[in-house]
Amino acid sequence: MRSGGVTPPQKTDRPVRRNKGPATSPRRGEIIIRVRNLVKSFDGRVVLNGINLDIERGKITAIMGGSGCGKSTLLRHLIGVLRPDSGEIWVKGKDITKFNESEMEQYRKRFGMLFQGGALLNSLTVKDNIALPLREHTQLDEKIIGMIVKMKLELVGLRDFEHLKPSQLSGGMQKRVALARALALDPEIVFYDEPTSGLDPVVGGVIDQLIMDLSHRLHITSVVVTHDTRSAFKIAHKMVVLYRGKVVAEGTPEQIQRSKDPLVQQFIHGRPDGPIPLRQSSRDYLEDLMDME
Amino acid sequence: MSGRSDSVAGSTSDAVSGNRKGRISSGSPTGAGPGLLRPAVLFLQHLSSITFLFQETLRWLLIKPFQGKPLRVKAIITQMDEVGVKSVPIVFLVSFFIGIILVLQTAYQLEKFGATNYAASLASVALTRELGPLLAAIVVAGRVSAAYTAELGTMMVTEEILALEVMAIHPIAYLVVPRFLAMVVMLPCLTVMADLVGMIGGYIIGTTTVGIRSTLYIETTLDAMLLKDILTGLAKSVVFAGIIAMVGCYMAFIVKGGAEGVGKATMISVVTSLILIILADCFFTTIFYLFL
Repeated sequence: MRSGGVTPPQKTDRPVRRNKGPATSPRRGEIIIRVRNLVKSFDGRVVLNGINLDIERGKITAIMGGSGCGKSTLLRHLIGVLRPDSGEIWVKGKDITKFNESEMEQYRKRFGMLFQGGALLNSLTVKDNIALPLREHTQLDEKIIGMIVKMKLELVGLRDFEHLKPSQLSGGMQKRVALARALALDPEIVFYDEPTSGLDPVVGGVIDQLIMDLSHRLHITSVVVTHDTRSAFKIAHKMVVLYRGKVVAEGTPEQIQRSKDPLVQQFIHGRPDGPIPLRQSSRDYLEDLMDME
Repeated sequence: MSGRSDSVAGSTSDAVSGNRKGRISSGSPTGAGPGLLRPAVLFLQHLSSITFLFQETLRWLLIKPFQGKPLRVKAIITQMDEVGVKSVPIVFLVSFFIGIILVLQTAYQLEKFGATNYAASLASVALTRELGPLLAAIVVAGRVSAAYTAELGTMMVTEEILALEVMAIHPIAYLVVPRFLAMVVMLPCLTVMADLVGMIGGYIIGTTTVGIRSTLYIETTLDAMLLKDILTGLAKSVVFAGIIAMVGCYMAFIVKGGAEGVGKATMISVVTSLILIILADCFFTTIFYLFL
């Protein structure tokens, strides 16, 4: 296993661990999600190769890595859409990889998820989109639901737009509405899939601010999967860097910043040269060229 | 982003084709054998996945409502309007003209025997037993299975279906069941209309151009028409409805790769449902011929 080049914790209050056996309980905060030795492969290609991860309650954890490093696959395991080949995911003391249909349903009602493209239902208005989980999973009457929808929209600053269709909104507004929908059932955990990708810096900043507000004010646990290092450094309490299906570094943003690991340094500074190869061909170049005819 | 496309495929098959239970490995069957074996394996995979979709649909339609998961009545009515009521004009149009053609073509031959008034009975039998159900199904297949695949396929690509699943709203219950039920209810209704309008078309041309007396035409038609013929026709249309809904939805759930994928799936969906309708028609007609 590759050792993360994170410098040992000096005056931090959060211990840094690197894939070493069972968790020692941290001094502050409680671990809400515990991932252990998660392995997944598709058609013989290993995508997750023994992921170990702890996510603290009420904190923002950023999972970072380049394209194809397995971070989206990891997220899909956390939301229970994919089942691992082996390994465990403990959420509040229960292993979600062993859940049956109804247990999974209960689990899914307790978290929210913001998809990369928002994934609002295009056939429904903004209001109906946010009301959907409420109508499906609660017995509240329409008046109360209408009030909750307004409250959630106020949270993301879009109260005037409840009667529009998602296609009439800009990309950034769609994401904010999607965030309001993710919050509809007052979840304990919110997962974010690339929350700032495809947005201009200002709108991206607005989303970052919303994520931070939710964490600070409502103590919602946030798991942010992103390759936007600028945003991750701004919002995260803890960062996890993935490379080729493994956790290569984890720690506070300061620790990651000071990391001596060339891999981490290359990633956070976006350098073209370094241990992460630009080319992804498995065959020898010359051999491949000669083989052309 | 290859990781992403892989994981989307994974969640699709989880939601629909039952990968979770280890039934199939939908997607790229790299493990399949060479030559002729591969298409055969692929075919069987699709068959088992669509069977699984059908089985899940029935479970959410027939069993889950009694376990506290009520059917979505509003969605069902919306779909009925969409696939049923809005298909009425085109079904009317097609069956009216087919009725005319039917009477003209048969009268042309029956004239030789001086038996043109039997064109009326032939039209009524052909329409109720065969052409009514088939025409309604073909018209609706073109309209509806394309619409289902395009709509749900786009939802698949934009992660809307995944979002539903993650919100603990079962995509099959939310999307497939209303569409399936709407089809199964509305297609037999459309079939009855197609039967009737076809006969009216035949009657108009038969009494004017062909020159059969009006009362004689009606009498011959009623004599030839049996309840059995109408019922077998309706039974077939229920099967056709199931085929259209299942193929339309299934093709959407296996969409891969953006707009191009949706377009391709939509085309395959229409062609597949048409072929399956004809095959099922042939099969049931044989059964009815032999045993009824």
